[in-house]
Amino acid sequence: MVDGALTRARAEGARSRRREWIVACLRDPKVMVGGGFVLFLCVVALAAPWLAPHDPLEQDIVLGVTPPAGFPGAEPGHWLGTDDLGRDILSRVIYGSRIALTVAFVASTLAAAFGSALGLAAGWRRGWVDAAVSRLVEIWMAFPPVLLSILLVAVVGPGVGSVIAAIAIIDWTRFCRVVRAETMTQASGDYVTAARVVGFTPTRILLREIFPNVLPVLIALISLEMGIAVIVEAILSFVGLSVSSDTPTWGGMIAQGRQFLHEGWWILAAPLSLLFLTVLAFNLLGEGLRRALDPVMRR
Amino acid sequence: MIATILRRLGMAAITLAGVAVTIFVLLRVVPGDPIAMMISPGASKADIAALRAHYGLDAGMGQQFVVWARDLFRGDFGVSISMHRSVLELLAERLPATLELAVAALTVAVLLGGAVAVFAVLMSDYGAAPIVDTVNGLFLAVPDFIWALMLVLTFGVLAPILPLSGRIDPTFDAHFVTPFYLIESLVTLRLSIFWDVARHMIMPTLALALPLAAVITRVLKESLREAMMQDYVLLARLKGKSQLRLVMQEALRNAIAPTLALTGVQFTFLIGGTVIVERIFSYPGIGNMAIDAVINRDLPLIQGLTLVFGALFILVNMGVDLLVTLANPRLRHG
Repeated sequence: MVDGALTRARAEGARSRRREWIVACLRDPKVMVGGGFVLFLCVVALAAPWLAPHDPLEQDIVLGVTPPAGFPGAEPGHWLGTDDLGRDILSRVIYGSRIALTVAFVASTLAAAFGSALGLAAGWRRGWVDAAVSRLVEIWMAFPPVLLSILLVAVVGPGVGSVIAAIAIIDWTRFCRVVRAETMTQASGDYVTAARVVGFTPTRILLREIFPNVLPVLIALISLEMGIAVIVEAILSFVGLSVSSDTPTWGGMIAQGRQFLHEGWWILAAPLSLLFLTVLAFNLLGEGLRRALDPVMRR
Repeated sequence: MIATILRRLGMAAITLAGVAVTIFVLLRVVPGDPIAMMISPGASKADIAALRAHYGLDAGMGQQFVVWARDLFRGDFGVSISMHRSVLELLAERLPATLELAVAALTVAVLLGGAVAVFAVLMSDYGAAPIVDTVNGLFLAVPDFIWALMLVLTFGVLAPILPLSGRIDPTFDAHFVTPFYLIESLVTLRLSIFWDVARHMIMPTLALALPLAAVITRVLKESLREAMMQDYVLLARLKGKSQLRLVMQEALRNAIAPTLALTGVQFTFLIGGTVIVERIFSYPGIGNMAIDAVINRDLPLIQGLTLVFGALFILVNMGVDLLVTLANPRLRHG
């Protein structure tokens, strides 16, 4: 009887909360601008074969290093110019967004899942679980993340899978620390005591009472993590440890641009600008989400 | 106080040991053979076995660790497989370059971040806050990797006024007694050399400093704004002190503690950032060497570098805790 009423009340509460979140997000300019760009990028990545004017791998030595449209010596049809092998840069950055977004979404989801599982456990159980997890986080953070990711990918072997695994293995600590602290705060709340009194099992309290309240922070963190993942992928490609060189990536293009800096600045400028905008968009989205989903900050 | 420091040192040693074991095991359980990277294709099985024995890689993992740890306590970090030199020697040669870069970046970040924060508070009556916040948000979001490359585009191509790589112009016939080029050339008053070394450091320093400066600005600006509303600042204002004096003499002193704590944590991120920034500018520090070491599977060198980075991170964190305690009288006597 009591249980049924509670379940109904909760379902209603969850629905109205979800509606409140969506409205708050739609009202937030940061969410709209950042999210809009991310959405645009997703469309570009999905529609790459139709959007790209050329085959990103098609080489044409005769057309090597031609500048973007509007500059003297530009080649019509190559809007952002060509690289040293005569490949169309616009097509390559379009295709490069595929790897960037794949890594961003998969790696940050994995890192979030792993980190929040440990964070929830540490924040809820406390005691030795918390001590062990905290020590692990401390050891993890006593090492430069960039170097650790290079190390992981170098030993496992290059490839998108390794890049994703490396990011998840390194960045789970970000989620773990925040979720742990948030869980501890939530666990001392009155509603948790109430749930205990009603006789809910600890697992149920943790997953159905506490976790939904940790979720807003988690969602904002995931968005910020996606920006980080895009950068890490670019760094790994830059060092030559991401996917094989025939798949266009922004980081790989940046490394190439750094090498041919004096022959053509646009080889570096094009992927770098896109990387810059993408990171900015994920950050805007994350910050906007944090503000929109947090009832305290919203007021 | 001393007991606290000793306890922290003990914890730090445990963390460092944890880092060492983690990396040691990681390097050995995964596939990939450092010997395979260095032999010529025609080498026989016996040659490979001999090389493995030479580097002590034929023993079991536990035994290898014991040997490594034992040598470590004698000050022997092993021999780099790819460079055929003592790891300790390589570290002693490269670490100062990174330290000079990191400290320069920290200094620039503190000065720049502090100046912008003070400026923002002074100008808050003129509506400067939203502009400062927006620009600062941009610098907070964009990492050193992107700044480094943007600087390359700006000062390497658009206005080519700065050297793009290295630590010193190779045509200079400069002899150094210590590996601290910047400090040594300044102390010995060889100013043309000092200027050349400094010019090589401008872009990597800026790339590392900009994100940190933004963090400092954000935190310091908030604490300053809070401090400016306190009674003692009001009192000083009634005494007729100028706005600049109020900020610099009254508010800053009390706003510094939270900034200090955060700057410390962020400084470890900056040290981590040297890895890729040194790579971009071919700067001969330990970060750049670390990438090569990893690519070459140079196990002894990677292990040595791991310890150095871990020790640096832990030392910085401890130093910051100490400074924060010293800066706060309530904690000092607590």
